[in-house]
Amino acid sequence: MNAYVGTPTSRVDGRAKVTGAAKYAGEFPADRLLHGFVVEATISCGRIVRLDTNTAQQVKGVLDVLTHANRPPLADKDEAWKDEVAPDGSPFRPLYDDTIRFNGQPIALVVAEDWETAKFAATLVRVEYEQHGFATDLEGERSNAAEKDKPHKPRGDAAAALAGADVRHEADYVIPTEHHNPMELYATTAVWDDNGKLTIYDKTQGVQNVHKFLCGVFDKKPDDIRVASPYVGGAFGSGLRPQYQVVLATLGALALKRSVRVVLTRQQMYGLGYRPMTIERVGLGAKSDGTLDAITHEAIAVTSRYEDFARNDTGWAEQLYKSPNSRFSHKLVHLDVSTPCDMRAPGAASGVCALECAMDELAVALKLDPIELRLKCYSDHDQSENLPYTSKQLRECYARGADAFGWSRRNPAPRSMRDGKDLVGWGMATGVWEALQMPVAVRIVLTSNGHAEVSCAASDIGTGTYTIVAQVAADALGLPIENISVRLADSSLPQAPVEGGSWMAASSAHAVLAAAEEVRKELLGLAGKIPGSPLAGAKLADTVLIDGSIAGASDTSRAVSIADAMRHGGVERIEKEKLNQFDEDKKHARNTHSAVFAEVKVDEELGVIRVTRVVSAVAAGRILNTKTGRSQIMGSVVWGIGMALHEETVMDHRFGRIMNANIAEYHIPVNADVHDIDVIFVDEPDNRINKLGIKGLGEIGIVGVPAAIANAVYHATGKRIRRFPITLDKLLD
Amino acid sequence: MNNFQYARATDVADAIRLLAADPGAKLIAGGTNLIDLMKENVERPTRLIDISRLPLRKVEETPDGSLRIGALVPNSDLAYHPLIEQRYPLLASAILAGASAQLRNMASVGGNLMQRTRCAYFYDTATPCNKRHPGSGCSAMDGLNRNHAILGTSAACIATNPSDMSVALAALDALVHIAGPSGERTIALTDFHRLPGDKPHVDTNLGTGEIITAIELPPRGFAQNYSYLKIRDRMSYAFALVSVAAALELEGNAIGGARVALGGVAHKPWRSLEAEAALRGQAATPDHFSHAADLLLQGATTRSHNGFKVELARRAIVRTLTQAANATPQSQAHKKIA
Ligand SMILES: Cc1cc2nc3c(=O)[nH]c(=O)nc-3n(C[C@H](O)[C@H](O)[C@H](O)COP(=O)(O)OP(=O)(O)OC[C@H]3O[C@@H](n4cnc5c(N)ncnc54)[C@H](O)[C@@H]3O)c2cc1C
Ligand code: SF4
Repeated sequence: MNAYVGTPTSRVDGRAKVTGAAKYAGEFPADRLLHGFVVEATISCGRIVRLDTNTAQQVKGVLDVLTHANRPPLADKDEAWKDEVAPDGSPFRPLYDDTIRFNGQPIALVVAEDWETAKFAATLVRVEYEQHGFATDLEGERSNAAEKDKPHKPRGDAAAALAGADVRHEADYVIPTEHHNPMELYATTAVWDDNGKLTIYDKTQGVQNVHKFLCGVFDKKPDDIRVASPYVGGAFGSGLRPQYQVVLATLGALALKRSVRVVLTRQQMYGLGYRPMTIERVGLGAKSDGTLDAITHEAIAVTSRYEDFARNDTGWAEQLYKSPNSRFSHKLVHLDVSTPCDMRAPGAASGVCALECAMDELAVALKLDPIELRLKCYSDHDQSENLPYTSKQLRECYARGADAFGWSRRNPAPRSMRDGKDLVGWGMATGVWEALQMPVAVRIVLTSNGHAEVSCAASDIGTGTYTIVAQVAADALGLPIENISVRLADSSLPQAPVEGGSWMAASSAHAVLAAAEEVRKELLGLAGKIPGSPLAGAKLADTVLIDGSIAGASDTSRAVSIADAMRHGGVERIEKEKLNQFDEDKKHARNTHSAVFAEVKVDEELGVIRVTRVVSAVAAGRILNTKTGRSQIMGSVVWGIGMALHEETVMDHRFGRIMNANIAEYHIPVNADVHDIDVIFVDEPDNRINKLGIKGLGEIGIVGVPAAIANAVYHATGKRIRRFPITLDKLLD
Repeated sequence: MNNFQYARATDVADAIRLLAADPGAKLIAGGTNLIDLMKENVERPTRLIDISRLPLRKVEETPDGSLRIGALVPNSDLAYHPLIEQRYPLLASAILAGASAQLRNMASVGGNLMQRTRCAYFYDTATPCNKRHPGSGCSAMDGLNRNHAILGTSAACIATNPSDMSVALAALDALVHIAGPSGERTIALTDFHRLPGDKPHVDTNLGTGEIITAIELPPRGFAQNYSYLKIRDRMSYAFALVSVAAALELEGNAIGGARVALGGVAHKPWRSLEAEAALRGQAATPDHFSHAADLLLQGATTRSHNGFKVELARRAIVRTLTQAANATPQSQAHKKIA
C-alpha cells in the first residue's frame, strides 16, 4: 500500500488532453448531425406575444425552429424538473411557455444542417413582447430582503454585546455577481439511434443527475437515455445542475429524430448560473484584550423569482471563532434574473471574504497583529455545534504560512512599507471549507494478466479524479499504475453523485478501497485453495495486495501471485462492484482550513495593484497527489486574485442586461497579474474522518484569498475597500 | 451573423471598384474586429472584400527619411521591425501594449486604425446606441460609463477610441495615405479620427469607397526620450482606462520639443498643441509636466462613473513624461509599472 498515494503523480489523462485525443461534449461525432442555435429573450420580464419564425424557417438548411408553441412534450410537474441539487422553488423550464423570467432566457432553438446557418437564421426570428416591470438591482431592492430559513438560534444577546463592546467594528462588504467562465463552452451532443434511444454527451459535473433529470423531463425509461461526459473543460459548479442546452439538444433530437448538437456561445453562458451578488454585513465586538464578545453576520443575496438559491455564507463566522454572543441570518432578494448556482466554494468565498476583512479591521482597531487576534479567538471546537473537529491544524497553518512569508518582518502601520514608487502591503486571512463525503460505488474488473479496469459514474471536471482513482486503485490492488485503466462519467456506470463540494476525492477513493477489498476477498479464496498455499487459512484482514500478489500483511513473503491464484481457480476475470457508505459521525465537525498571506504592491500615484506574493498554507488531511493538489491550490489562488481585483459581472439595471458578457471585458487575471505563489500542505493526520484521512481540496484554496489581498491593500494604502473588486479607481483620491 | 458575399480583391484598384459596386460591402483585413462585430450582429455587411493578400505589407524608407508602412503590415511585424525598434520605439511600445500576441499577429495597421469603440452598448443590439443606430439615444450617458470619454464628447456619444497604436501614431505626427474612387490623398493621423459631434456613427474621415494604403512616419522619431504608459484594469490584455504616449527632445534638461497624446479619454487620440508648446523651452520637471497635464485635460467633462479618469490621466501624464525625460521608458514585457 502507498506506493502512489501521496506522491506527485502526473495526470493519467494528461496526454489525452494535450494531444486532443480527449473528447469533450461538443466534439463527439454523429451521423447526419444537426446543429441548434439558441434565440434569447432581450427583455427581463413579461410575455411573448408573437414569435414569428417564418423567415427563419425558410432559410435553406434550416430544419425547424422549436419554440414553446411547437415543441415536443415536456413534463408539467416541478418534481420532474428538480435535479439532485435543485434549490427550493419551481425550476426554470426552457421553451416551456410564453413567460419571460430573465434577460437571456432561451425562447427558440433553430435547428439546421450546420451551425452557421442556424446562427444566421436565429437572427431572423422576430419576437414581440408584452413587457412587465422588473427589478434586477440587489442594492436597490435591499429593503425587500426576506429571511430564507428560520435563522439559526442566536447565542446570547449579540446586539447588546456588540453595543457594549470595548471595541466594535461593523460594516457592509459587497461581493458582485461573478460568472464561472470555464474554458469549455456549455455544450451537448444528443446522439439519436435508429431505435429511438439517445446518447447524450453533455458538459456536466454529474451524468447520473442529468440522466435522471432527462428521464423525468421527457418521460423516458432509464434505458432510453445514456448520459456521458468523459472529459470536462472546467465547470467550477456551473455544471452541477443540468444546463438548459441539454434540454434543448434532447428536445431537438426528439422532434427531428436526428442527432442534434447545441453549443452555447460565451455570451449565452452568462444567461445561466453565477455566483450571486451578496451584501455581507459583519459586526464584531471585542474586549480590549482581543477576545471576541459578539459576532453578527447577515448575508443578503440575489436569487431569481422562481427559486430560492441560498448557500452557507454566514456559517463560517458561526463556527470559526470563539464568541459567547452571536447572531446570523441569510436573506434573499428575489429579482428578475436567472437562478444563481454554486461557484467554487459557494458561500464561503463570499462570506469568509467579508468575515476576514472585518477581522482585519478589528485587529487594526485593537492594535493587535491580525494573526494574534485570530489566535485569541481560536477554537478547537466548531462553535456553531460545539463539536470537536476530526482534525484541525489551522494553528500550524498560521505558523508555517507566517514563517514562509516572513510575516514577523511586517511593520503594522499602514503605508509604512515601500519599494520605490510602490506602497507595499502585507495581509492575511483564514480560509475554511467543509470536508464532505458521499456514497459512491465503484466497479473493478481484474483480469488474470494483472490489469484492472476501475469504473464509476463520477465526473472528472479537471480536478484529477481519473488520476487519484488510478493511484488509489494501484495501491489497493498492488499493481503498477500503468495497469489500471479508469472509466468515469457515464450514467450506466456505478453510482456517484455530482462532482462538487470537494467531496469526490474522499468519496471515490474509499469506494475504490471497498471494491478492491471485495476483489481481495475473492483472490484470497482462490489463493487459499492452492495446495500448500502459504495463505491457507489466512484471514482477509491479514492480507494485502502488493506487487501483483496477494500476501500476508505482516509477512509479505507469504504470497501468491494474482496470476497464479486466478489460474488455479480457473478464473479469467474478477468483477466486483461495491457501494461505499461512510459511517455517520455526529460527534465531530469536519473541515479543511488554510492561512493565506498576500503581498501587494500598489503604485502610490496611479493606484495600480499587483499581487506580488501569495503563501497559502493548507490543512486538508491527507493529500492524495501533491502535484495535482498543488495545482488545485495555485489555480484557486489565481482565482482569488481575480475575485479581489478583477471579477465582476456588470449589469445595466435599466435593461436588466449583463453588459460585459464576454471574456475580453469580464476580467480574470492574466499571466502578467500572477507572480509568486507558494503552496504549503500542513501535515494533518486524521484517522477519524475516514480510513485514508482524506478531506478534499477543490474549494479551500480560494477561500480567504480575496480577503488576504484586500487586507494587504489596506496595509499598503490605508484605504479600506469593501466593495469588490478592488479596482484602481477606488484607490484614487 | 448574417449571410454575406465574399470577394478577394486582386489589387487596390479592384478593392475600390468592389467597394463602389456595393454600398453594403466592407473591407476585411485581419478580421479581429470586424468578425467579432459581425458575430454580434453589429456589423451586417452584404459583402466582405478581402484585402489581406494585397501587396501592402512593406516597410520602406522614403528619400526624405520618412518611413512608409503598408496598411496590411501585421501589428506584430511592425512592433518588431528593426527600423521601428530603432527609430520609433514609441510606436513599437504602444503596439505591444495592445491586445494579445495572437491578436497582434492577425491585426493589420489599417484595421487597427479603423477598429471601433468597445462601448458595451455599441456591442449590444438590444440597447439604444447612437453610434450603432443613429438617433436611438446614448445608453452610456446615464448608464455604465466607467470607461468612457472625458474629452471632446458630445451630447450624442461619449465613446472612446480603443486603439493603442493610434495614440503613438498621433504623437509621432504620422500621415495616413488613402486611395479612393477620386484618386489618392493624404491626411494627418490627428485629422483621421473624428470627434462624435452629432454624427457619432462616423468614426473617421475616410470617405465612402476609400481604402487606407499606408501610414507614413516623419523622420523625427524621438527614439531617445519616449514612453508609452497604459493604465488598465489588469496588467495585460485589457483596453486602456487611460494611456499616454510621450516623446521629448531634450537639450540638457531643457525641453526642445514635446509631444503628448492620450488614449482612452476621447473619441480620438487626444493631443493639445497648447500643452506641447508650454513644455517647449522649459526644464523637464514634474511641475512643468503637471502644468502640461492641466492644459491637456482642459475642458474635461465627466459622467457618473468616469470621474476618476481626470486625475488618473493627470498623474499618468506626469509619470510618462518623467519616464521619457529619464530615458526609462515603460516596458511592455515587465509585470510592473516603472
Ligand atoms: C479581445 C481583444 C482585445 C483587444 N485589445 C486591444 C488593445 O488593448 N489595444 C488595441 O489597440 N487594440 C485591441 N484590440 C483590437 C485590435 O487591435 C483590432 O481588432 C485590430 O487592430 C484590427 O485589425 P484587423 O486587421 O484585424 O481589422 P479588421 O477586423 O479586418 O477590420 C477592422 C475594420 O477596419 C476596416 N479596414 C481594415 N483594413 C482597412 C484598410 N486598409 N482601409 C480601410 N479600412 C480598413 C474594416 O473594413 C473594418 O471595418 C483588441 C481586440 C480584441 C478582439
Ligand atoms: S457612448 Fe456612443 S457608442 Fe456608447 S452608447 Fe453612447 S452613442 Fe453608443
